[in-house]
Amino acid sequence: MPDVRSHETHEPDDHDNAYAGLLVNDAHWAFGTDFEDPLAGVDTTVPDGVDPAALATYCLMLGDDALVLSQRLAEWCSNAPDLEEDIALSNIALDLLGQARLLLARAAAADGTQVPALPEGSPVPDEDRLAFFRDDLRFRNVRLVEIPNGDFAETITRILLFATWRLALFEELSHSRDAVLAAVAAKAVKELTYHRDFAGRWFLTLARGTDESRRRLLAGLDTLWPYWTELFETHDVERETAEAGVGVDPAGLAADVDVVLDQVLAASGVDRPALPPLAGVQGRKGRDGRHTEVLSRMLAEMQVVARAHPRGHW
Amino acid sequence: MTAALRREPTREPTRDPVLDRAWDAASAVVDPELPMLTLVDLGVLREISIGDDGAVVAAITPTYSGCPAMATMRDDVVRELRAAGFADARVRVVLEPAWTTDWITPAGRAALAAAGISPPGRAPRRSGPVPLRLAPPRRAVRCPRCGSDDAVVGSEFGSTACKALYRCLTCLEPFEHLKEI
Repeated sequence: MPDVRSHETHEPDDHDNAYAGLLVNDAHWAFGTDFEDPLAGVDTTVPDGVDPAALATYCLMLGDDALVLSQRLAEWCSNAPDLEEDIALSNIALDLLGQARLLLARAAAADGTQVPALPEGSPVPDEDRLAFFRDDLRFRNVRLVEIPNGDFAETITRILLFATWRLALFEELSHSRDAVLAAVAAKAVKELTYHRDFAGRWFLTLARGTDESRRRLLAGLDTLWPYWTELFETHDVERETAEAGVGVDPAGLAADVDVVLDQVLAASGVDRPALPPLAGVQGRKGRDGRHTEVLSRMLAEMQVVARAHPRGHW
Repeated sequence: MTAALRREPTREPTRDPVLDRAWDAASAVVDPELPMLTLVDLGVLREISIGDDGAVVAAITPTYSGCPAMATMRDDVVRELRAAGFADARVRVVLEPAWTTDWITPAGRAALAAAGISPPGRAPRRSGPVPLRLAPPRRAVRCPRCGSDDAVVGSEFGSTACKALYRCLTCLEPFEHLKEI
């Protein structure tokens, strides 16, 4: 960043030409001009007594939650109400993408058989194969994160619900017997705290703002509420990994999450909607790979370039 | 010979000149998004070790889960080590303990302020659930341009994952603050 005082005693410097220096070091032309292993050198041994396939599936669940919401939030880029919120939503998307990458890489390291096969010579790393070469039926995210963004109020409400739940989950997960999951969760807790509090402040602002902002916020909450209880339903894989000491049973989070959410709702003068949860397909929901129709369309857009170039170098 | 050097802001040279040479080479790398900071200033370079076969391994830790600068830092560390004569140089990732802004050295904080970026305060320490904060964040922030402590937060998210946006109410200029984690 140039020092503004330099205008008074200006001497030629490298700020005079925005293009100077760009090609001095070719590696700095763009970040990440090659694939790198986000877990390079990390011990990914599966702990004793843990089924590698169950651990991998559990990591996919938590990774897919982050990946899908990250993609949805990225749709806001250049479309938010003002520049600050545009940047904020992109920052949150980036944090979630980073969490997803680590979790998908951990899934692949635990059980390589779940990683889609690609043509011989493909340089695509395992976590990218999982992100870009699985169909919707193999995504394990909760359905809350996949539905369309709605307006800004609905997007804020979704971040509040998701981050409040995920923060409570990851605080427990930071004690996982799996050292990789524990480390990923401990780092993510710091990020999720910023996400939750950002969304909580905006929720309060919109609820106490104008009639229109409040109307939109309540409408958004009604849209999202049928997806809320799914976050606390225990899937067999969650039960198995929790019993093995590597995962967290989400049913046990409800009390802590309710305390935080009720603080926001009370400060905002908003009641919990009296709406029933959305049923699954023959009882199967997001964690089983049964999604709403919109996920396949969102994935089609997210995956199309990677699938067109399975041998692509970037 | 196996040796290890751990991150220490006030590190004295070891008695191993080869190890010190490797440390100094890796220390020259800067964060591409905060080029006023070396990886040592930032607390990202955690350890250098040299194996019996002369292979050098640099351990670095990500600042944020999604930090896009990690790949560049890794490539730069390997390049600097090779330029210093270590043909076999690798980087490994350390995830635990998670990076904290408390690891930014005093020299790093001074460099941030000189570049117009408000350095972080003390990172929150807690036990038990993370308390909800619905009020705007309160920090003792000083405008890096005019020195005024009369500033308001514009957004908790800035041009990179690690920064918040502020506006000075005295000189009216915006500035960035490296936020505490």
